[in-house]
Formats: sequence, C-alpha cells, structure tokens
Amino acid sequence: MTATDAFSAGQSTQGFPPRPDTVGMPALSIEGVSHVYGTRRALIDIAFSVAPASFTALLGLNGAGKSTLFSLITRLFGIQHGRIGIFGHDVAQTPGEALRLLGVVFQPRTLDLDLSVTQNLLYHAALHGIGRRDARARSGEVLARIGLADRAGSKVRDLSGGQMRRLEIARALLHRPRLLLLDEATVGLDVKARADILNHVRQLVAEQGISVLWATHLFDEIGSNDDLVVLHQGRVLAQGKVARVIADAAGSDINTAFMRLTGSTAQSGSPTS
Amino acid sequence: MTSTAMTPIQRGFSAAEYLICLNGIVWREALRFLHQRERFISALVRPLVWLFIFAAGFRQVLGLSIIPPYETYILYEVYIAPGLMAMIQLFNGMQSSLSMVYDREMGNMRTLLVSPLPRWFLLSCKLLAGTAVSLLQVYAFLLIAWFWDIAAPPTGYLTVLPALVLSGLMLGALGMLISSGIKQLENFAGVMNFVIFPMFFASSALYPLWRILESSPMLYYVCLFNPFTHAVELIRFALYGQMNWIALAVVGGCTIAFMIGAILAYDPSRGLIRRGPAGGET
Repeated sequence: MTATDAFSAGQSTQGFPPRPDTVGMPALSIEGVSHVYGTRRALIDIAFSVAPASFTALLGLNGAGKSTLFSLITRLFGIQHGRIGIFGHDVAQTPGEALRLLGVVFQPRTLDLDLSVTQNLLYHAALHGIGRRDARARSGEVLARIGLADRAGSKVRDLSGGQMRRLEIARALLHRPRLLLLDEATVGLDVKARADILNHVRQLVAEQGISVLWATHLFDEIGSNDDLVVLHQGRVLAQGKVARVIADAAGSDINTAFMRLTGSTAQSGSPTS
Repeated sequence: MTSTAMTPIQRGFSAAEYLICLNGIVWREALRFLHQRERFISALVRPLVWLFIFAAGFRQVLGLSIIPPYETYILYEVYIAPGLMAMIQLFNGMQSSLSMVYDREMGNMRTLLVSPLPRWFLLSCKLLAGTAVSLLQVYAFLLIAWFWDIAAPPTGYLTVLPALVLSGLMLGALGMLISSGIKQLENFAGVMNFVIFPMFFASSALYPLWRILESSPMLYYVCLFNPFTHAVELIRFALYGQMNWIALAVVGGCTIAFMIGAILAYDPSRGLIRRGPAGGET
C-alpha cells in the first residue's frame, strides 16, 4: 500500500487529515542503531523501517532487545549510536515533533489504577497539550470505539486485563498519532482478549492508515501479509514480507523459519534477507 | 490528494499547550493526593503531634530569648511552628519523589516522559504540582494551629506564601534529584533515615541556632550549612512579614542547583532506567 492510499483510507473513515510532513516518509526508520548496558550489547547495528499504513511485526524471544529498542524510539533512553526517525523527524534532534506523531503501548501497565477511565484519558490528553473540551470529546469517541463507553467513570482498577489493554491502546490514539508501537500488548491476556486486541489493531491499520510496529514473541500473532522483522540477541536476522522471510530461510512456516534463522546465528553471524 | 486537505505543519508548542500540560499534571497530582486520604491525614498528624505533645512538654525545659523576627517573648509552640511547616514540605517533597520511584516501577513515569513537550518542562510541572500539594497541607496545618491560638499576624498568612512556594520547590527538587538515584522502592526507607531525619534535626526547626552553638560549635556549623535551616528561617521571617535575605539566597540557589541536577539526572542520554526496562526484558 502506498502512502497516498493509506492516507485516503484514513480520511475516508476517520477524517484525520494527514500532515504534509509525513507524506512519502517511512513511518519509522531505524538506521544503524546499537545500544550497550555497561559491557552487554543489547542491540547491534539494527536497521529496518516501517512503511506507512503497514502492520509490521517485530518478532523476537524475551531478551532479544525489543524493549530496549522501544525505549530508544520513545526517548526513554538516549540513542548511543545510530539514528531513529519517525516520519523523517529525528528522535534525538527534534523529539517533540517525533513524539507527537507517535502513540505507544508499553509492556508494563502504565495506567493510574486509582483514577477513572476518563481521568486517565484526560491526563494523557493534557500531556499532549489537548484542551479539556476537545479531550472530553475525543475520550468519548475512543471509549465508544473500544466498547468501554459505559465504564467511563469506573476506576481503572476495576477493569479486566483485556479492558485495560484496550484502554491503553485507546489512550495511545488520543492525540491521533500516525505510528503506533505496541510492546507485547497481549501478554497475560486470555485467548479471546488477545484476538480482540490484535483485530482491533489490524483494523486501525486497514481503516485509518495508522502504521503499527507490533513487538511479540508469539508466532501465531503474525499474519501472512504482514511485514516481519526478526530480532534475535540484539541483531536483525531477517526482514521483509512474511512469505519472503519464510522462503529465504527455506522454512515451511514462521516457526520453522525462525528456528532456522536463530539456529544459524552461531555459524554465520547475522544473515539477513 | 491535494495539499489543501492537509493539516498545517505545527512546529514547536504554543503557550496554550504548555499551560494545558501544566494544568493536567497538577490536576492529576491533586487527584492522586485526594485519593490517598491517609496520606493527607498522616501529613497533618505528624506536625500536630510535634506541636501539641512535644512542644508542650519541651517548653518548660527550653528558654527562648527574643530573637528576630520575634519582638516579644514567645511560646515554644510559636517558635517551632515554622519549622513544622517546613517539615511538612520536607516530607511531601520526599513523598513526591517516592511517587516518582513508584511511577517508574509501575510504568506511569513513561506516560509522562513520552509526552512530546520538553522534558525539563515536564519535570518542572511535576515539581510545581508537588509544591501545590504541600501548600494545601501547610495551610491546613496553619488553620488547626490557629484554633490552638498559635497565630501569626493576619498578613503573615499571605506574606508566607511566596516563601512556602520557594521552600516547597527546593525540597521537591531535592527529592526529585534523590529519586533519580533510587533504583527501587525499598531503598526509600534509607532516604528517610539518611535525608529526612538528619536534615530536620540538624536545623533551626526545633531550637534556635545560638542554643546549638552553646552546646556544640561543630553541630552549629552543620546546621548553618543545612539548606533546610534556611528554608525554615525564610518561612519564619516571611510569616512575620520580614525578609531574611541570606535564607532567600541559599534557598533560591539550592532550588536552582537541585533542579538542574534533577533534569540532568533524568536526561535520556544519561539513561533514565539504568537497570533496563521494567519487566526484566531487555
């Protein structure tokens, strides 16, 4: 899908006009990023990009470096080496412009459990400089979309795990970002809640042209048409369309392809597609 | 697609956006404070115990001479009131920092720090929010003390406000600086012992410095170099409509120094969460 298609899709359903500075740029570009904790190398010369209006799965086992990468993209950590751009805005140089276009759902819960659903949303809106009246309207909209409109006044503590995740996704979309990052968003959820969340996010891509980077260690969350980046021990082992990655690794499915890719690291270092 | 359909590019942030953000952070802090009723009550009970029990017992032991800003002999309760006001702020400043450690452990801090607004601004808002909460506590304390006949001149309640804002900022910034160095919630008990108690006792909060000089010149200098002493004196003088310039300079200087330290400590290039992201995954 081209950038223009994506934006038309976004316009037709939700009416979020695209910003001229986002046209023709990759939603996310990671260029030569490395990161060390003391002497341990968490990321080694990572490079990949996320196309506008695409669903890109970042597949890696625990400890592969996914969360470190997310912390770098969201500027929780400083970038030690390399460059990260969000629709062409350098995260290190112009963090404000970059973060404005970014919505993020972290792996640990980041909601205020003692505040109500709406209060959590209004707080997030304020952090993005969205005025109270506008924020209330948007909160109503996003809550209706995730089916939590009747829980607007409930304390977050009283929600189920799946509802909290949906709320976090809704919150991440409140400032209408063009790129959404989700770090193991379905961890700890039951099968149905997992499927709901995944479907919801895929819908956002299809209907609103939002670009998604979905970090996971679960093979069954990856669709055959997705873009895939395989991260293992801090290195990108393969990237491209799922079918292509499987074919290149001479596997029969993602599972076998992943095993072959990660098994081969010992001999050849960092094979890429 | 035509360019007219596009939203204009927005560069930087408008004053309104900064204001909305500040408002939101203060509002959230106030909500959290109201939800923790026991925190409010313990913040009030602590100084009241000192005022009603400790001071009542101590006033027979400790004679006070007339020292500025007081113009007559005063009761011991009157003397320690400003010290207790500063103590409320000291505890609140450290408790705000506790909430930052808690936030960081629970992940709430991430919500704050991924806001596109500049990080120095976000931390300053957090600091202002903590100070606003401490003002609520101090005035509630003053109200109760007033019913107990421990009253300052009526205008003093107004003139003390700027002093309280500044001392609240200083103690909050100190807490923030300390919180950046704490990796885990459990370590906070150590901060209580090593920061709060020494700062409070080695100061002019409970006894005038000339009294300390009589018993230990060494301790006198420790108290003199304790920024908390100057926060207490700034509040004490302001409560009687007077200005203590030295205290103002020390408190102002320390506020700036602690704040710069905290902003540097939370600088992303220095690593916010040094042990790696929460959840143990890297």
